[in-house]
Amino acid sequence: MQDLANADCIIIQGSNMAECHPVGYQWVTEARLKGAKVIHIDPRFTRTSATADKHVPIRAGSDVVFLGALINHILANDLYFKEYVVAYTNAATIVGNEFKDTEDLDGLFSGYDEELGNYDPSSWAYATEGEGPDASPGTIGGPAAGHEHGHSKSERSAGDEHGSGGPALEHARVKRDETLQDPHTVFQILKRHYARYTPEMVADVCGVSVDDFHYVARALTENSGRDRTSAFCYAVGWTQHTLGAQFIRTAAIIQLLLGNMGRPGGGIMALRGHASIQGSTDIPTLYNILPGYLAMPMVGNHDTWDDYVAAIANKAQKGFWANADAYAVSLLKAWWGDAATKENNWAYDYLPRLSGAHGTYQTTMAMKDGEVEGYFLLGQNPAVGSAHGRMQRLALAELKWLVVRDLNMIESATFWKDAPEIATGELETEKIGTEVFFLPPASHVEKAGSFTQTQRLLQWRHKAVNPPGDCQSELGFFFELGKRIRERLADSDDPRDRPLLDLTWDYPLNEDGEISGEAVLQEINGRHLSGERAGELADMYTDLKADGSTSSGCWIYSGVYAKGVNRAANRKPGREQSPVAQEWGWAWPDNRRILYNRASADPEGKPWSERKKYVWWDEENQTWTGLDTPDFVKTTAPSYRPEPGTGGPAGLAGDDPFVMMADGKGWLFAPKGMLDGPLPTHYEPQESPVQNPLYRQQSNPARRVFPRKDNLWSPSGTAPGSEVYPFVFTTYRLTEHHTAGGMSRWLPYLAELQPEFFCEVSPELAEERGLVNGGWATIVSARSAIEARVLVTERMTPLVISGRTLHQVGLPYHWGVGKEALVSGDSANDLLGVALDPNVQIQESKAGSCDIQPGRRPEGEALLRLVHEYQSRAGVTVETSNQLKTTEDGT
Amino acid sequence: MGFWHNQLTGPTDPARDAGWEDEQPRKGFFTDTSICIGCKACEVACKEWNALPQDGDLDLLGSSYDNTGSLGASTWRHVAFIEQSGDRIEEARESGRKLVDLGMPAIGAPVTPSGNGTDTAFATAQATAARELGTLPDFRWLMSSDVCKHCTHAACLDVCPTGALFRTEFGTVVVQDDVCNGCGYCVAACPFGVIERRDGDDTVKNVGVAQKCTLCYDRIGHDQTPACAQACPTTSIKFGDLDEMQAQAQERVAALHDNGFTEARVYGGNEHDGVGGTGSVFLLLDEPEVYGLPPDPVVTTADLPDMYRKAGMAAVAMLVMAAGAFVGGRK
Repeated sequence: MQDLANADCIIIQGSNMAECHPVGYQWVTEARLKGAKVIHIDPRFTRTSATADKHVPIRAGSDVVFLGALINHILANDLYFKEYVVAYTNAATIVGNEFKDTEDLDGLFSGYDEELGNYDPSSWAYATEGEGPDASPGTIGGPAAGHEHGHSKSERSAGDEHGSGGPALEHARVKRDETLQDPHTVFQILKRHYARYTPEMVADVCGVSVDDFHYVARALTENSGRDRTSAFCYAVGWTQHTLGAQFIRTAAIIQLLLGNMGRPGGGIMALRGHASIQGSTDIPTLYNILPGYLAMPMVGNHDTWDDYVAAIANKAQKGFWANADAYAVSLLKAWWGDAATKENNWAYDYLPRLSGAHGTYQTTMAMKDGEVEGYFLLGQNPAVGSAHGRMQRLALAELKWLVVRDLNMIESATFWKDAPEIATGELETEKIGTEVFFLPPASHVEKAGSFTQTQRLLQWRHKAVNPPGDCQSELGFFFELGKRIRERLADSDDPRDRPLLDLTWDYPLNEDGEISGEAVLQEINGRHLSGERAGELADMYTDLKADGSTSSGCWIYSGVYAKGVNRAANRKPGREQSPVAQEWGWAWPDNRRILYNRASADPEGKPWSERKKYVWWDEENQTWTGLDTPDFVKTTAPSYRPEPGTGGPAGLAGDDPFVMMADGKGWLFAPKGMLDGPLPTHYEPQESPVQNPLYRQQSNPARRVFPRKDNLWSPSGTAPGSEVYPFVFTTYRLTEHHTAGGMSRWLPYLAELQPEFFCEVSPELAEERGLVNGGWATIVSARSAIEARVLVTERMTPLVISGRTLHQVGLPYHWGVGKEALVSGDSANDLLGVALDPNVQIQESKAGSCDIQPGRRPEGEALLRLVHEYQSRAGVTVETSNQLKTTEDGT
Repeated sequence: MGFWHNQLTGPTDPARDAGWEDEQPRKGFFTDTSICIGCKACEVACKEWNALPQDGDLDLLGSSYDNTGSLGASTWRHVAFIEQSGDRIEEARESGRKLVDLGMPAIGAPVTPSGNGTDTAFATAQATAARELGTLPDFRWLMSSDVCKHCTHAACLDVCPTGALFRTEFGTVVVQDDVCNGCGYCVAACPFGVIERRDGDDTVKNVGVAQKCTLCYDRIGHDQTPACAQACPTTSIKFGDLDEMQAQAQERVAALHDNGFTEARVYGGNEHDGVGGTGSVFLLLDEPEVYGLPPDPVVTTADLPDMYRKAGMAAVAMLVMAAGAFVGGRK
């Protein structure tokens, strides 16, 4: 993040950085003061646009066209960084000739399985040198390398595993053509794939003028190369789409082509929304991964320990993932201590197995269908903050019990008396059987612990005051809960209770009588359990072994407590150390601030330029050195070439900078890993008033849909009825509030700054619909209707899409219906339905279709009638917009 | 009369005038609106530190993202949001350019020759180039965090009959809540409309008492930065010795002019202006009125010496005339 200050050009797209990450934005401000160009590409003119050099308005959900056109521009005009691209990316790699592009199949890649609605990715694989299976030297066979069907990968949301590297490859005998001329090279495939993504197409699909496109293209390419670097920043404006992961992939391709990865002032900054959201994927609160991005075992795929190890760690693959067995064994040793032995496969069978997708939305729907008894809500207010608020609240009403731990009496705790569905008659308080337990938590100043923020930096937070009354930290709560459950089960001889009873649950208490956060961080860091260093803390993840002699609760955090020092608590001011500031906090892995930084030097190991020097090969001492911890095997010379078939870190050639990728290269084309295609392709959102002008295929054919009566969609594109919901709406946050408002709508200082729910509309739309600034508007989607005060502002720009004027409506989502907060109001998320990205199961909440009318919404049952009247006028059924593959007649 | 001049108009050291013998370097703010992101962290940090109550009735004002309206008894930092379209931006650039032509890149403050910042031809060429490159935007959203000006000649302090307002050793102006009798003279006297008496029911503290920014007197006395400047994430609000703040403002304006942004100008800080210079200096990107700031603030007590002089002369004349009448009567 601080490294943004070194960028020469920063493109912020899919993020409202100044508003949502104001503290991190200081580095953008610093870059700008040093002369960098800052461009904001966003549907709305926001506080980020106000402080950027240029704002480019774009239609929500059309980003792949814009970015794809940049790729086309870079390739067609030979503006890519040739040496970097040839040496460090898979541009020269040859793809098997079974591969068929979306250009050949009208919007589908080869391998599409119509029955399951997912891809079998085997035809996307690299071509092999020679024939036959993986027996010969130079192959990396085994089940890991096999092609798991997209359906199964989507069920276990396998995309998240790549938070720390790429997937295993089936073989290492890749063919390369470094002239990039072979028609089957990634480079040529890329060229063909994006050939139709032209500036004119951008104007037509995104509503961005050709001049504005060229402005961005010029700024980006002129500020990339040996001497200059550019960075991208994105946030949930890119991720929350049915092809969100592909939005980010498109930016990754651009950055690889321009040579902006692994270099100072380059890269792609993923801006995460809360203090420790990065931490909650590293040490996950997700259903599908274990700490450190290890896969969660799945029924059928990983039934035995051997299956599992083969799937996560192939000894023949290049790089550090080859040692994943050491990370997995160390994790199991951390959790189950002495009960994890070689004989019982390190207690592998104590781990639950996934039977399918159990993301938050699948759980909500299961809850609503009566399949979930109890639910814990911690730091979350789904009645307001999650997509499809109505479904969320109706689901909570089906639970037997609900525990809410929150600072305030949030709407998810009061739904049984205050939900809008009480007013419409859909819920009756007397008939709701949910028993709600409201427990008081300690706030962030009342507990110690670490935050892992958006740049993988762990920062220790000291306790300022003791929590009042019964308030307790999450750590204390779960420690206590675990103790009580274990006490209850103490006499059990049921084998299913063994995993709980065998857990290491013996944390020391600190001077305040609370469980020690430092002890937990030490457990995460890991220890030597036997041998010479028995009892010592691990220095880094290379200490970890697969023989049970080490433990570590999260391998990538190994080193944060090396030598007994809590490095997350390092607080040396920036002015007292080098600009890389490695003595502030601790970044995983190995306190490295820029990942893949071997790429900051040329193939011979020399910095690409003096201005951008970062990490280089020290010929005299035969080691990598520089301003940061080198992200490379320290003693592997640039000229080193491994014997074919060498796996692990020793398999990395001296010019393989992408050390977590199976082939050591940056992937322009993803032969594996992405479930909805090896290359990003433009599809329209799940519901969109625009017909996909590039392909017959309207929306992502691998997206996750849930055809249910309580999850209806408006007709898309030119389908009849789409005109009933003619506008695009997009949801977002404001600086003044925190997500669903639990921490801001109860505070007068914050509530008074943005006291009421409002919608933002352009003067043109206001004129068309008779909306008045400061007045009221009703916004209707296929799910619900809500009311908002109106802000008429030139910050919203009507766009001309395919010759037709398209209006966008902006909706901040902080308010909810309830009586406890200082300020309340309808919730924008009530308008959303549930459709998900197949890779990571994230909802599409950044683009939907709506109508807007002046005046307040009807109340009570009349509200339901209004929504139904719209649905029937548009001819909406359960099937509408839910066909994954677009058929001949365009449905 | 020299004593009166120093007190009420023109350049002076207000802390020394106030009788401080161990006065500190005069402290102040430089608020650079060109890098303000409108996050309102300053408003919130100020309210938290000073324990200010809720302002207003939690209504949407319909005025862009501003829902606190203006500075007042319970809002001591206030961020203004101004949405402008292309023609107004051009006017702002033009009016800034005219200031350059007049040798005044800043309102009030004397010109300091610094690089190309005052080179009219260069700035004009830059502006033209910027227009040709399309960098003259067709829309902009100005944000500016306003605060008490801590004037060199502070009318609020001059008119205060109880001595509740006083000049600190840092040259700033502070209300003593427990001395103020709520007469409200200061409210009418402030040329910036900053100070206000607090309204509210009995749950609110200091109702009826005049309230405004203290420049965190309780922090700066302990070498702490005022809460607003401490919280500002982009360093748009800077705090320090006033002469340093003024120098930074001039430098920043020069840099912006070099890049063709001739609309940039300094507001406040000119010791020859109507309030003898302010302790809060601003970099603005348009005319002060656009931000709700008076273009030519004058301390309401500036005319007092003259008024006293004239009143005195009138009194003397009356005495003379009266005496004359007696003299005449004897005749």
